[in-house]
Amino acid sequence: MAQDDYVQFVGVQKTYDGETLVVKNLDLNIRAGEFLTLLGPSGSGKTTTLMMLAGFEVPTHGRIFLDGKPIDHVPPHKRNIGMVFQNYALFPHMTVEENLAFPLNVRKIGKAEIETRIKRALGMVQLSNLGKRRPGQLSGGQQQRVALARALVFEPKLVLMDEPLGALDKQLREQMQLEIKHIHRNLGVTVVYVTHDQSEALTMSDRVAVFNDGVIQQLAKPDDLYERPQNSFVAQFIGENNRLRGKVVAMNGTGCQVEIDGGGRVEALPVKIEGVGAATTLSLRPERVRLNPASGHCSNVFEARVEELIYLGDFTRVRATVCGSSEFIIKVPNAEGAPDLVPGSSISVGWKKEDCRALDAAQ
Amino acid sequence: MTAIAENFGLDIAERDALKRRLRAVERGRRLRALALVLPLFLFILVSFVIPIGELLRNAVFDPSIRANMPQTVTALAAWDGKDLPDEAAFAALAADLAAANKAKTIALIGKRLNYELSGIRSKILVSGRKAAQLTQGPYKEAMIGIDKIWGERETWAVLKRAGATYTSFYVLDALDLGLDADGALTPTPAERAIYVTVFMRTLNISLTVTVATLLLGFPLAYLLATLPTRTSNLLMILVLLPFWTSLLVRTTAWFVLLQDNGTINDMLQALHLTSEPLPLIFSRFGTVVAMTHIQLPFTLLPIYSVMKTISPSYVRAGRSLGAGPFYAFWRIYFPLTVPGIAAGCLLTFILSLGYYITPALVGGPTDQMVSGIIERAMNSENNWGKASALGGILLFATLILYFIYNRLVGIDKIRLG
Amino acid sequence: MKTLPWLCAALLAGVSATAISVPKQASAEDTLTVISWGGAYQESQRKAFMEPYAKETGAKINEGEYNGEIAKIRAMVESKSVTWDVVDVDTQTALAACAEGTLETIDWAKLGLDRSKFIGGDIADCAVPNILYSTVIAYDTTKLKPGPTKITDLFDMQKFPGKRALQKSPFVNLEWALIADGVPMADIYKVLNTPEGVDRAFKKLDTIKKDVVWWESGAQPPQLLADGQVAIASDWNGRFFDAVKKDKKPFQIVWDGQAPDYDWWAMPKGTPNLDAAYKFIAWSSQPGPMAEQTKYISYGPANKDAGPNISAEVLKDLPTAPDNMKNVLYVDPQFWADNGDQLRERFNAWLSK
Repeated sequence: MAQDDYVQFVGVQKTYDGETLVVKNLDLNIRAGEFLTLLGPSGSGKTTTLMMLAGFEVPTHGRIFLDGKPIDHVPPHKRNIGMVFQNYALFPHMTVEENLAFPLNVRKIGKAEIETRIKRALGMVQLSNLGKRRPGQLSGGQQQRVALARALVFEPKLVLMDEPLGALDKQLREQMQLEIKHIHRNLGVTVVYVTHDQSEALTMSDRVAVFNDGVIQQLAKPDDLYERPQNSFVAQFIGENNRLRGKVVAMNGTGCQVEIDGGGRVEALPVKIEGVGAATTLSLRPERVRLNPASGHCSNVFEARVEELIYLGDFTRVRATVCGSSEFIIKVPNAEGAPDLVPGSSISVGWKKEDCRALDAAQ
Repeated sequence: MTAIAENFGLDIAERDALKRRLRAVERGRRLRALALVLPLFLFILVSFVIPIGELLRNAVFDPSIRANMPQTVTALAAWDGKDLPDEAAFAALAADLAAANKAKTIALIGKRLNYELSGIRSKILVSGRKAAQLTQGPYKEAMIGIDKIWGERETWAVLKRAGATYTSFYVLDALDLGLDADGALTPTPAERAIYVTVFMRTLNISLTVTVATLLLGFPLAYLLATLPTRTSNLLMILVLLPFWTSLLVRTTAWFVLLQDNGTINDMLQALHLTSEPLPLIFSRFGTVVAMTHIQLPFTLLPIYSVMKTISPSYVRAGRSLGAGPFYAFWRIYFPLTVPGIAAGCLLTFILSLGYYITPALVGGPTDQMVSGIIERAMNSENNWGKASALGGILLFATLILYFIYNRLVGIDKIRLG
Repeated sequence: MKTLPWLCAALLAGVSATAISVPKQASAEDTLTVISWGGAYQESQRKAFMEPYAKETGAKINEGEYNGEIAKIRAMVESKSVTWDVVDVDTQTALAACAEGTLETIDWAKLGLDRSKFIGGDIADCAVPNILYSTVIAYDTTKLKPGPTKITDLFDMQKFPGKRALQKSPFVNLEWALIADGVPMADIYKVLNTPEGVDRAFKKLDTIKKDVVWWESGAQPPQLLADGQVAIASDWNGRFFDAVKKDKKPFQIVWDGQAPDYDWWAMPKGTPNLDAAYKFIAWSSQPGPMAEQTKYISYGPANKDAGPNISAEVLKDLPTAPDNMKNVLYVDPQFWADNGDQLRERFNAWLSK
């Protein structure tokens, strides 16, 4: 165990019904001060993992360590972990101040100290003048801030957040993302954050654990996750992605050749393939595809037929048929000198071998 | 355009026209809403407001003496009550009694006065028959000769009071009070004073049942609210079972269980826990058990439906903030269930006030509740004044309790689900 | 929840509401509504009166049941919507309702019957006596050996230990208490008419108070006896007879000190079917039908002429059988009309202490 691993999951399994595992053999180390996001579709096991860490669910198998100590038999209220819930879970019968005082009263902190801390916490989330209100009298965004302040006011070293921004509208959500990020940076707490929103995960996290089917598919920094997905689920789940299915026909030192099912042969970077003859899915980000590539610049050049154009302001999304796939997306920046495209016309597209990752043949 | 028009966008005439149009549109909607409420309103008026008004009026309004002894009532108007009334009053009495005897309304006079002067009923009937044969005065001697009750000041005092259209007799009687010959408030003789005791007992039993249903119902409601739906539905059926069994079946079941050689007593004696059968039935215990059984769902259901709406994340939040299981329950979960507790307890308390069949069947002699007395006054004794007075006092006491309750809990906090 | 106070008031109002809301029904000349007390008693009337009468005359009879609520009759008469034509009433109702003018006065000539032939016929002017029943005590022969034989045994806790079931009313109980205290049968009401006499009766009742289970419905005492909850119970003789005959219970009635009383046919004032009601009462009061009724229930027919038509087998269980009439408490209806209200209050207050 590394010195700075604050939380450790070792071989953790969880089942509710004794038949299917919601979390399968989870090994996860979370560093002190880190902002780690558990990302995945619903039912992927991310929330269960969070609840086991909080102490509301008990692992069926395996152990969880907090700061080097096993916490299997530590009840939730003794774990000293701050938590922000999906719908805030502010106590409706208490004022904002009483909500914030709750964890401090439990800890038998002196009255004067409580007042100071509440004042500081409310200042941190910019709600200094709303302390006497009840949660029902606050807007969604304000409630969110109170929930955040409450989870932090007793100065825990670890804070868990369970889709805390899910109920907010887009603009407010983006603003809160930044605020949470700032607070994290200023306080230096460790944050474990659960979300199903990949852009939120990429924006906020130091590292992201992508969950699917009870298993961490990839644990990496946001840019790694986007640029270098290790399997086709991650490639598909994070960002936009062109998929080309085919069969590996040849391997060489740094690349491989893949025969596309819809026709054509592509030079790709082997990432997760089982060898010559195996089926594979090629993953290619739309912004890495070039129009009319200069000769020699791209190892893969194909004819494409423009099917549809979607104007998005800063760029245009082009749907085209490439190698038999009619769902092939190309992002064309609306910069000076952008080519004039017409649906039905034929163009030439190309991409580099390194940008085209040969991954497992997912369904 | 004027400055005003610029400020408001419209000039005054235009604004008035706009308001008129708005009113026209809203009038139609208001009328439709009224039409929807009207049937309920009429129903409540006919089935509720009018009977309650009638009930309260009956408690103080009794024209039987004024209607059947008009001359005597007039003659007594000037009587100072210090001595026996004058000859004119006796003459009026003789005339009234003779007329009532002929019209067969004399029994109503006798019945009314008998409430206050026990045994006077037959004396009045006899006086009526004999007064019909009197043809000339002096009536004072003649009437006293017929029966010496007419020579007693108290008889006349009662007659004068009863002759007023509105009487305080029934209400005072229902509070174990009465008026003596001088019109002073006196308590009912101890051997007949019962109503205050019964009122207190009614409140006492209702309160006990309310507390019992709360103590039993709260944990059960919690269990029902947290169990998976299929299991909780099964349990819910058990809770609602008393609703689906007739009073007769339930009573028989309690008998089998609670009587001296019933299941429970047999078991206690077999285990040598008691040497003699415990008085489980025909006692306060039996009454409270039976009433609690029926009332449990009324207390439980509002609590249950409120608990259903409480997200488990509240308690989890409390736990994560450092509160132990009990502290989190007491400071977070419990306060959130108070609206349901308030509704359930109020419902059970008020419904309990109206019980009379169950206490009569499984209770002892000291468990009779006020509704039982009202029922008997109404149906058997035909004394609607007493029934109304007792009903009115019970209503009034309930409203006072409701008011106090509102101050303590806040009616706006009550929620049925 | 603003409806809660309404709810509570509605419960209180319910008492008066039920008395006021009486369904209105149209009835033709040849249809008749007869109301009685239900149970085995009404069953006997149905077999002896209603069914044969309907068969013989072609009249259509609607039957109903009530629990003796005089208030229903009063409400009907006062609102001038009388839907009951013939009602079976007890003595107190017959007298009270008559005095208040809510019953038709009986025209014996129109009835075509001889008033002097009816036991108790002169007690009430607004009703025709139909049966004579009796309040008696009984015991379980398998549990009390030997059993009580006199009404005074009811108060003898030494000789006959065990609980008693008595009606929750001062009626008859006060009289029995005085008998047990040594007052001669003839002087009962003379003594009870004085405050000291009332005190004396209650004092005697005090001696068994803690051992009494008070019943309100006539169905309770046989059950209490059968369950062994009480050793001796009071009830109307027909109830015990029914338990012996139908359920084969080993009960023995003690006829000593029996308190006979009457049930009556009466007609609410203003019934639209007055003639038909007269016809039905006249038919049912003949010796034949009255004797027939004794086959179904052990109550004595009020028509003295019915006596010879009754078999010895049936007769021995009737209150009117000579063997059963050796020591009878004749209840004074006038006394109870005068003093019932206050004695009931006092009785309830006494119970509460």
